[in-house]
This record gives sequence, structure tokens and C-alpha cells, in this order.
Amino acid sequence: MAGPPLLDRRLLFVTGKGGVGKTTVAAAIALLAAERGKRTLVGEVDAKGNLADFYEVPATSFEPRELFPNLWAMTMHTEDSLKEYLRLQLKIPFVARLGPLARTFDFVANAAPGVKEVLVVGKFLWEVRQRHYDLVVVDAVATGHVVAQLAAPQALRELVKVGLVREQTGWMLDLLGDPATTGAVIVASPEEMPVNETIELAGRIENETNVDLAAVVVNRVLPELFSRGEEEVFERLQAPEGMAELVGAVGGPVDVVLSAAQLAVTLRRTRAGHLTRLREGLPSDMELLYLPELFTRHHGVRATRQVAEALGEELGF
Amino acid sequence: MAKPRKPEAAPTLERLFAAKEIVIHCGSGGVGKTTTAAAAATMAAIHQGGRVLVLTVDPARRLANALGIERFGNVETRVPDAAFAAAGVEPRGELWAAMLDTKQGWDDLIKRHAPDEKTRDAILANPLYQNLMNRFVQSHDYVAMERLYELHSSGTYDLIVVDTPPTRNAIDFLEAPARMADFFSSRLLRWLTAPARSRVVNFASKPFYTVADRILGTQFLQDISEFFLLMQGMYGGFVERAQAVEKVLHDRRTTFVVVSTLESAPVREAEFFIEELRTRKLHLGALVLNKVLPSSLLDRKATTTARMLEDKAAGVAAAVAEPLQAEPEQLARVLKEVGTSFLNFQVVAQREAETRAEMAAVPEVVASVPYFDSDIYDLSGLVRLGAAIWR
Repeated sequence: MAGPPLLDRRLLFVTGKGGVGKTTVAAAIALLAAERGKRTLVGEVDAKGNLADFYEVPATSFEPRELFPNLWAMTMHTEDSLKEYLRLQLKIPFVARLGPLARTFDFVANAAPGVKEVLVVGKFLWEVRQRHYDLVVVDAVATGHVVAQLAAPQALRELVKVGLVREQTGWMLDLLGDPATTGAVIVASPEEMPVNETIELAGRIENETNVDLAAVVVNRVLPELFSRGEEEVFERLQAPEGMAELVGAVGGPVDVVLSAAQLAVTLRRTRAGHLTRLREGLPSDMELLYLPELFTRHHGVRATRQVAEALGEELGF
Repeated sequence: MAKPRKPEAAPTLERLFAAKEIVIHCGSGGVGKTTTAAAAATMAAIHQGGRVLVLTVDPARRLANALGIERFGNVETRVPDAAFAAAGVEPRGELWAAMLDTKQGWDDLIKRHAPDEKTRDAILANPLYQNLMNRFVQSHDYVAMERLYELHSSGTYDLIVVDTPPTRNAIDFLEAPARMADFFSSRLLRWLTAPARSRVVNFASKPFYTVADRILGTQFLQDISEFFLLMQGMYGGFVERAQAVEKVLHDRRTTFVVVSTLESAPVREAEFFIEELRTRKLHLGALVLNKVLPSSLLDRKATTTARMLEDKAAGVAAAVAEPLQAEPEQLARVLKEVGTSFLNFQVVAQREAETRAEMAAVPEVVASVPYFDSDIYDLSGLVRLGAAIWR
């Protein structure tokens, strides 16, 4: 059930294990889409998130704000989402009295499985349904929790037999389950645990949600330093005689410089093994996008731009 | 004149672990909490003796396998001496390991607290039960803390090293016991479990029902009520337990180790966590920095050499090609790549060194784990990592 190319979908949920660069990739996808002329909304689900740092802009809030031409950003707050939900979708008028009630509702949302998740997913789906944007990119929760989020409308539908929430899950499920509209993106790095979690999550998304897995983005791929022949030369350089010659020619702590290159070579080899495991563990038709390890000074907007550029190249732009 | 500090008085992870009974590792996801906790526990078992337990949440399969816990899950399992022998060490004590299984943990809790068999079975069979326990009030965190309390009070282990569950917010698990107590003693729960007819007269709860009914439907609310009514007999037990867990966390014998890499997001989380520990008067024992690049990358002379290799690769290659029996052009490419590679990693190393220097408040013990170029997946790997942070 292959969907359209990544940026031609309308809603992307970007997830991944902590530390792999999930937010960087979400920020870069949104930036790339905006630069290509799509009216784009990027939303972070975690209120404690730091999406704003990746664009070097002041903190974002529930109300979307235009950061760059075509690029809006927002931060999810379930309470605000609930207010909007009651007002716009359930047409419940007494929003004014909601203040103290929000805490009450928070309790029920905590106890009733899926309610909070539906408020989160539902908000983004609502934006898609209303066609406010061409593309909505969600910096979703990490791998451990994302299935609960994506499966929430279905779970709620099964648990809640009547009521307005149930009625609302119908259109949500339609949009979520349509690969032309919605796709999940898993960000991985070529390391042991992220690869394990990615393979496991790909299976869970397939089996436990009706969302199409659009792509797996492999972040922090190290370049191949040497060809086979060059590697032999590199080994000769590391031998005592080679090192002595080099010291004679350039002076200085040659061993330190060579060992940094050695670290790069072995790191790459370890990561290549995990990459192979990732490829073998995913369906053979899965789209894999590779992003290089960035040796940058800071993780600001410049780095985000670099990632967006690399992503554009991977997507054939 | 002040006496010079005796070397044995210098604070180290080793000394910290010798003085404590519970060591809780925390930090944001992906920084290496599990591996660090397992490595430190391994060192304690090797050097300090006694019975050491590492309670872990989600170990990599290979590591779980190496510790022999893959097949046993929730049950504590002793790491066989053969595994130590294979790593070339002879432990003075015993290393035990256990994984944390949330579902199993909750089932055990229900079994322990249920007033009678009928209620127990009704809860375990309730369709809402699993769903709720998997989601509400950070139930993973609660079970982790509960299990820790159980193991500690059993007195079976001299030292328990804990790896905390991956939470969105590192502080969640600290609050789990208190939240659980709040949850079960809350007014809302009473409203929810109040008999239907008395709801009408309860003015305070009316708006709540109006909204909840409209949103979720009466049937669903009733389902929830029924479930909580079943649980009602156990509230007292839960609240009491939550308070006991809280007390253990504050005990002098408990300490926290914050784990982080030197990347910006985990560092921010670590700083936040350190601050929270201070506010809550919990003991911060150590900060472990993982995947730290070698400081030689900052060496000034090495930088000059690397730049020279990058800029003048052809010249250098011409000079050494003959003794190295290499083809000059190929050699030049290799030399240039070597220089560039050093300078690339140097950018990262510089950024990390700066972050390290800027970290506001750090505990007395700060240990750095070097950037290993291969994975840690067996006991000798854990010993290698442990040796880097132990003393």
C-alpha cells in the first residue's frame, strides 16, 4: 500500500528513539517542504520540547506562528486542544467555565485510555481536514509511546460505545488510515538500540495501527573514509615505520591524528553492520533515506538547513 | 597550611557505591543509562563483593543475553561465574540482574493488595485494567519504584542499581509514588465511584459530569466507575505503599547518578534533573558523561599536523611515498582524509568541551566514559566501561 512521495502527503508523524535526532529531522522536513512552496505546519507534541531551538526562534505556543515564509510552528498543549475541541468540534458552548474543569478533565483523560492521545492526534488531523495547510509535520513522541498515540482513535472507538468522542473518531480514522494523506516516519541512527527499536516499531505500526509507514530516515551515517586499497595504505601509515616516516615529514603528534582517523574508520564499520541489520529487518520496499553525520559547531538553524538540504538530495530534488 | 588531600578521600564512583544501598541512574533516552548502570553494578560485584542487583528496564538484546536475563525477565537471575571467567575477572561478590516487566509488575501488585480472591480475579480479567495500567499516571514509573521498594525491603541485596524507564520527562518517575497516592485519594475518584443517584445532588461534581458525559458517553463513564469500584478496596494499600516508596527515595542510603552525553538536549535534561533533585532534597551522587571524545582531539600541535595533512597532502605524500612503498596520489588522498577526519571530530570535541565547562552545577563525582568504537554487549565490555568510570 505504497503512498505518494514523502512531501506529497498531508500529515507526517516523525518518531524515533531518544537521541537519534527526531526533532532535527522533523524540523528539517518541515523546512524543506516550506522552501519548496508548501504551506507547512510543524507541531511538537511534547510541551517541554525544544523545536524552537532548531530554528533559533522564541518558544512556540499552541497558536501557530509563522517563522519563515510558508512555515508555521506550534506546540501541543492538551488543555488548549481540549478547549478548541469542545468549541469547534463538539459545539459545547460553556468554554468560559472550562478553567477549573480542565483539571477535572485532565484526571479523566489520565484515567480513560486514549482520550489525551486523541486530543493530540485529533488536533493535527483537524488541521489537515480543514485544509489549513498543505503539509502538517508532527514531531511526535518517542518510539516507546508513539503506537499508543497513533492507535488512540481506534482504541477509543473500541472502548467508548456512545458519545461525541466516538462519533468524532470516524473521520479521524479515515484520514489516519489513508496512505495518500498520512504517513509515519521513523528516525534511526545506525547504532544497536535505535536499530532494534526501529525494526520493532515498524512491525508494531504495521500491526497495531492503521497508519502507513512512509519512510525510515537513517541519521548520522558516516562516510566511507577509504577504499580497500587506501585502507591498506592507512594501515601501513599506522605501523611504527610508517608513523616514523610521517613524523619525519610533518613533525608533531602524528599518532594522535592517525588514531582519530582510526576511530572514524572503526565507528563506520560498526555502524555499517547495524545499517545492514536495519535493512534486513525492514520490509524490502521500505524507503530508506540517509543523512550524514554532521560535524557542526551548533545544533541551530544552520544545522537544520544542512539536514534539510541533505534530505532534499535524498528525495531527488 | 592545609593538609594535602589523601588520595583515598577523593570522591569516586567506587566510594559512592560502597556507601549506598540504592543507586538510581537517570537521564534522557539514548544516553546509555542501561549500559552505565550495568557496568557500575558489575564493578561493584567484582571489587566490593556482596550481593549486587542491577534492575534494568529495556536492555539491548545482546546485553540481556550476556547477563542471562533474557529468558527470565521479571525474575532475578544470577550472572554465572563463567561469564566473569570469560571476561577474565573473578568477582568478590555476586551479580544479579532482573528486567522490569510493567504488566507483570502490576499483576503482582494487584495480587498483593486485593482484599479477596474474587476481587483480584475480577480486576485481572477486567478489559479496562490492562489498558489503564499501560497508560495512566506513568504506571511504568510507579511499578519501577514499587519493585525497587519491594526488593530493597526484602533485604536480599547489599546494593541495588536501578536503570530508570524511558520517560518523556526525567522527573516523572520521582513523582510517580506521590501522583499515585494523589490519584487514589482524589476527590475526583470519589465522584467517579459515587453511586449514580448521589451524583445528581453533588453540586460540585455536576459540571464535571456534564462535560464528561457529553464527551465520553455515560456508558464509558460507568465502565470506568465499575473498574475503580473494584479497585476501591486497595486504595489504602496503594497510598501507604506510595508513601513508603517516597521515603526510601529520600533515605540517606539512596543516591542518584545522572547520565548524559555532551549533546545539547541531554545536557539540558541532565541540568534540569540535577536542579530537581536539589529542590526535592534528594541525594545527587554523581554525574556520568557518556561517549566523550578523547581530549587529544583538542591538542594544538595535533591540529597543526592535521591541517598540514589536509592542506599539503600531495607534498607530504611525495616525501614519504617511497619508504612507505605507496603510490603518491593514493597516499595523498589517504593523508588528506586523515587530516580532515581529525578536524571533523575536533569540531565536535570542542563543542562538547565547551558544553562540559558550561554545565552549571555538577556533583562532586564526575566520571567520563570514552567514546567506544564498538558496542558494549558482554561482560568484558561492561568491565571495560566500568573501569573507565570506577576510580
